[in-house]
Amino acid sequence: MAAPRAARTNTEVDNPSSPVLRFGPDKPLKLDAGTLLSPFQIAYQTYGTLNDARSNAILVCHALTGDQHVANTNPVTGKPGWWEVLIGPGKIIDTSRFFVICSNVIGGCLGSTGPASTNPATGKPYGLGLPVITIRDMVRAQQMLVDHFGIEKLFCVLGGSMGGMQVLQWASSYPERVFSALPIATGARHSSQNIAFHEVGRQAVMADPDWNGGKYFEHGKRPEKGLAVARMAAHITYLSEAALHRKFGRNLQDREALTFGFDADFQIESYLRHQGMTFVDRFDANSYLYMTRSMDYFDLAADHGGRLADAFAGTRTRFCLVSFTSDWLFPTEESRSIVHALNAAGASVSFVEIETDRGHDAFLLDEPELFAAINGFIGSAARARGLSA
Amino acid sequence: MSVNGSQRVDLEVVANLIPPRSRVLDVGSGDGSLLELLQDTKQVDGRGLELSQRGVNECVARGLSVIQGDADTDLEFYPDKGFDFVVLSQTLQATRNPKLVLDELLRIGNRAIVSFPNFGHWRVRLSLFVKGRMPVTKDLPYSWYDTPNIHFCTIRDFVNLCEELGATVEKATALDANGQKIGLSMPWWFWNFFGQQAVFLLRR
Repeated sequence: MAAPRAARTNTEVDNPSSPVLRFGPDKPLKLDAGTLLSPFQIAYQTYGTLNDARSNAILVCHALTGDQHVANTNPVTGKPGWWEVLIGPGKIIDTSRFFVICSNVIGGCLGSTGPASTNPATGKPYGLGLPVITIRDMVRAQQMLVDHFGIEKLFCVLGGSMGGMQVLQWASSYPERVFSALPIATGARHSSQNIAFHEVGRQAVMADPDWNGGKYFEHGKRPEKGLAVARMAAHITYLSEAALHRKFGRNLQDREALTFGFDADFQIESYLRHQGMTFVDRFDANSYLYMTRSMDYFDLAADHGGRLADAFAGTRTRFCLVSFTSDWLFPTEESRSIVHALNAAGASVSFVEIETDRGHDAFLLDEPELFAAINGFIGSAARARGLSA
Repeated sequence: MSVNGSQRVDLEVVANLIPPRSRVLDVGSGDGSLLELLQDTKQVDGRGLELSQRGVNECVARGLSVIQGDADTDLEFYPDKGFDFVVLSQTLQATRNPKLVLDELLRIGNRAIVSFPNFGHWRVRLSLFVKGRMPVTKDLPYSWYDTPNIHFCTIRDFVNLCEELGATVEKATALDANGQKIGLSMPWWFWNFFGQQAVFLLRR
């Protein structure tokens, strides 16, 4: 059952089922690593219609293992789009009103150039031959996509987690192109603890003998065990102790008593194993290395002499930040330090902390208070932008 | 953080001090009624700082630009003269360090507007004088042990603090129990006795 879906992931890599924009040798992507990526491609989805003034565009930035399929059935998993609770006709982000763009990040594995993509110079997958990609590289590529649509100023850029980092980077790099910014459950830098968790995940992938130094496709294999373990460890960080206990407690999995073995006795073990197994069906292991690295390298203040406020100096963008009380990956303090920097920069900023026990993943879930905040913020920004209801 | 029981009778007085399209920071913005009033009638560029997270979330859901924060600790993050007006309405008496807060207001705004309940009002004096007990009135409904209002002052106390901080009083208004202005030409002692609320426009 897993095999055909795994194969499908591969077909999405070079020739995705979504629209794709290809940039030839005349339009290379300048990378922070100091090299040029060329040719390269961006796979994307759009929803709704761009108005004549091109003023109603919303760019959605996806998280670590997300993709461009934000509001349509995912071609790999067959599941609803990852933010379909929020985005669609008549929803909070109403696609009958706004033109929504979401692209697979550079380094991803669902159609934008990434380590699984075929390197035209060799005819083989890039593997680790792809330079390390940064959040800023991803945003630079997105900017070229936005140019393609002839959009001078995005009405809003929003995203959670790694997507939130891209939002902050957008607002910092291209302030005049971002009317409003909505970074959710994110930080202006990756903390030491977060880097630590990512390193555990990467080591799990690289310790899998099937990883083959990143050239697993050439050996007809994939480091599924390593990647699954990486996902299991990461998944714990997306939840909270309270939510885990509420959902699973110490409940046993399909059995009456402990087995005195190492099978999945507990429901939580079974749940995590399932998370790991389904993840490897849809995600490329090398891409996981690149995505985690991009977050680790992110430090917006460091790019501005250590002073975060300088990353937003003179900004006219309207900001709204959101954090969740039980998010221990990007705790409220991370958002608050961004808020203080924005205050210092004289920016217009709202900040909402939402009480929930659902942890970091709360931003992907049906959280009424989150939706109310997004609705209020988008609504007032739309009025300020002169967009009709 | 509207920390007395009254409707904010001072809102219109405060709003009238602010010209259209000003940049305004409302410290202790509560449920956002002043910001909303200013946005609707004066098209101001308004921001709020509010202690209660619930208040903040409701404000943001209504499209107001508000963050959660504490006047005692979070004003330091704002740049000098970043706003035309900084408003502190019915909040000064609940701060831990009113002097520092007022100093910060004068640093952040070209003008500061401060309103507060007057502890020199005759009802307050009467309660203490006759009953010998801390006053509990309709406007100040808390008992001494559970009140968030830890730094009450009278109008005269406040005028002294302004002098100490080198602030110029550009305008001052005392309001009676119904929120009506008390005659302009009255001396301080009269306001201090009959004013239930005071609204000051300051600069430095």
